[in-house]
Amino acid sequence: MTRKTRRLWLVIACVACLGTAAALILRAFSSDIVFFVTPSQVEASPPPADRTVKLGGMVVAGSVKREKHGETPVATFAVTDGQAAVTVHYEGILPDLFREGQSVVAIGTVHPPHEFVASEVLAKHDETYMPKEVAEALKKSGKWDPRFGPPPSAASWNSMTVQDARKNLSAPAAAN
Amino acid sequence: MLSPELGHYALALACVLAAVQGIIPLIGASRRDARLMALAPGLAIGQMIALSASFLSLIYAAVTDDFSVQNIAENSAVSKPLLYKITGVWGNHEGSILLWALILGLCGAAVAAFGRNLPSALRARVIAVLGLVATGFELFCLTTSDPFARVWPAPMDGQGMNPLLQDPGLAFHPPILYTGYVGFAVPFAFAIAALIEGRVDAAWGRWVRPWAVAAWCFLTCGIAMGSWWSYYVLGWGGYWFWDPVENASLIPWLTGTALIHSAIVVEKREALKIWTVLLAIATFSFSLSGTFLVRSGILNSVHAFANDPARGVFILGLLGVVIGGSLALFAYRAPALTAGGLFAPISREGALVLNNILLCSLCAVVLTGTMYPPFMSLLFDRTISVGKPFFDATTIPLALPLFIFMGFGPMLPWKRAQLWPVLQKLWIAAIVAALACGVAVFRLSGVLPIICAAAAVWVIAASLTDLAERTKLFRAPIGTSIQRARMLPRAIIGTAIAHAGVGITVLGLAAMSQAQHKIVEVPIGTTEQLAGYTWTLKAVEQEPGPNYTAMVATLEVRRNGQLITIMHPSKRSFNSQNQTTTDVAIHTNMLADLYGVLGDRHGPDNNPTYVLRLHYNPLAPWMWLGALIMAFGGALSLSDRRMRVGAPQRAKSSSATVSVS
Repeated sequence: MTRKTRRLWLVIACVACLGTAAALILRAFSSDIVFFVTPSQVEASPPPADRTVKLGGMVVAGSVKREKHGETPVATFAVTDGQAAVTVHYEGILPDLFREGQSVVAIGTVHPPHEFVASEVLAKHDETYMPKEVAEALKKSGKWDPRFGPPPSAASWNSMTVQDARKNLSAPAAAN
Repeated sequence: MLSPELGHYALALACVLAAVQGIIPLIGASRRDARLMALAPGLAIGQMIALSASFLSLIYAAVTDDFSVQNIAENSAVSKPLLYKITGVWGNHEGSILLWALILGLCGAAVAAFGRNLPSALRARVIAVLGLVATGFELFCLTTSDPFARVWPAPMDGQGMNPLLQDPGLAFHPPILYTGYVGFAVPFAFAIAALIEGRVDAAWGRWVRPWAVAAWCFLTCGIAMGSWWSYYVLGWGGYWFWDPVENASLIPWLTGTALIHSAIVVEKREALKIWTVLLAIATFSFSLSGTFLVRSGILNSVHAFANDPARGVFILGLLGVVIGGSLALFAYRAPALTAGGLFAPISREGALVLNNILLCSLCAVVLTGTMYPPFMSLLFDRTISVGKPFFDATTIPLALPLFIFMGFGPMLPWKRAQLWPVLQKLWIAAIVAALACGVAVFRLSGVLPIICAAAAVWVIAASLTDLAERTKLFRAPIGTSIQRARMLPRAIIGTAIAHAGVGITVLGLAAMSQAQHKIVEVPIGTTEQLAGYTWTLKAVEQEPGPNYTAMVATLEVRRNGQLITIMHPSKRSFNSQNQTTTDVAIHTNMLADLYGVLGDRHGPDNNPTYVLRLHYNPLAPWMWLGALIMAFGGALSLSDRRMRVGAPQRAKSSSATVSVS
């Protein structure tokens, strides 16, 4: 066994393992990546029904309804980014930090036009935390201009109802 | 007289001592000046004492409810139990950075104390590198996150702590995890010292390995504790969420595992030297980045409570200097290191090389999955997330060959081996694994869990076979076997135990893929069926706690009419912060966890219904038990005679004692 053959073996092993790793990553990237969508994106171009996505936004105040299908509890609530609202159905226990008017992330699939079936609902530890996408949407809708101070507090989201969200949606539409 | 100002002063003193510790011994080592080099241990111990004083004064302020200290006012309260007043010191950003610095100081002092038989130049350089890293962190602590900052006027009471963090598991998790992270600073310092010196030999491998193994044991325990915490506190029945913060601890664990294996090759065969140096640098760099990921909020995650750009920039600069500097040094000096001995592909070394390649591929996969989302959002403004499906699809196919080769590796002789004799020794293990596969086909569903369970049993059986072979169990009289077992180096027993621990963890993971759960909303008195158990909701009562009120359920679990356990899952509402937490009830018989969660209460007051989440988690405790066994195996091999760093001889030079005044 010379130095050269040993090196050859090493190179073969490295290429095989890293190649496999790269192939696995690429394959998983094409099927297992979860895209983050906002309610307005769901409205504009809903992802296919077999694709798992993450829906982020604020829980619309007064929209949370809890029902029972047999013995299974089902929660229904609307998620908004200030421009559009999507209704989320979730079978299970909502997390402790879930609040109306606070940010939430739901993982699941879209059933057009406005329905979302969540397999998991996440609420953030921090009550002042706002997902970046929601902050962007707020800026776009004119509810928050970063030049004039910090974003509106989570409590003010309480006043943002579906009507508000619709109004914001219709405003740019009217401008067109 | 432990005023916060004194603590602040001690921290500043530690920073200055660390800077001196980082410069003088380096100059001494390059000039071969014994007096300057001899300063290093004294400075390291002095820095450690100053940091301890600083940390103690912060604890003192917390225990005595000194709310004029901003950090205490924001995170503590009079009503908080004493234990959480103490552990709360490192439950926040400022305190945790101080803890980090303290552990780094302890590492430096440990090298000073136990490294007496190291060559003086190497020891001086190692301590100096640790001093330089410590300077960076202590400066960070002093300038951007001062734990001793005062607030005026001092509030009457503090704001209290997030109730979610008021938990014994989380209280002791950070010190252990940090010891793991920071412990890899010592192998890193050894690597940098070797690069400066331009020499890596078998002795270097022997010196660096115990430090790496010790850090690895702590990191293993730390990761397991974190996972266990999320299992019993978050109440989803999940144990690992592939969250960026969790991955940030897994990545250095993977490279650290590769490091403790490649260091064996350096020690025994003087091969893989450059690679081992690179692994030591990479492991500590990943540990640093791990802190960075948590502390800067670059990766938003459920765990990241600290979002502060100024700190992020400082940490980014620190990371750039440490990682960039060490990699530049590596590029400049590594070619000077001589290549090592030759070995055949089928040999112990070959198996260890394969282990390293597979572990590093795994690390690359986890790193890609963790870093891809922030890069996508930074470069293309697309928000994506990468979760369990991605990591399952990419890590399991790479981990399976690792498990299979783990069985052969320890039994292959060094330099050149024949595969056939080893296979002959392992036929019993192979049969056991095949039987396990057969059992798994009936008990588990899904192809991957079955293969993983069989691979896990294979690893355990092969590790035990290795021990049996070495002690000639069943082939020689039992007395001979016991005699041989006694003579067996602890490192070999440790290896077998740690490998078996991996098998036990994997078996737990495979079985957990079969976990069953059920979510129901029922009135009191209802009976549910899950996994062959009968769960009855007997009662729900209100109970007051010290700073919360709890809704406590009584859940009776029977199997075939026989009472198994009565569980009390509860939901706590904290008056002060308008927060609720879920208190999970877990009953374990070590083969399965029965896991009950109480959810919201609905319906009219005279006939309320309660949401219940019931889980049946087979072999769940094995996941953490396996990790503890791994760490135990590591600790056992640390106690090997060969590893006892300071034991054989003491430094005879009298000049070494002069510096300590």
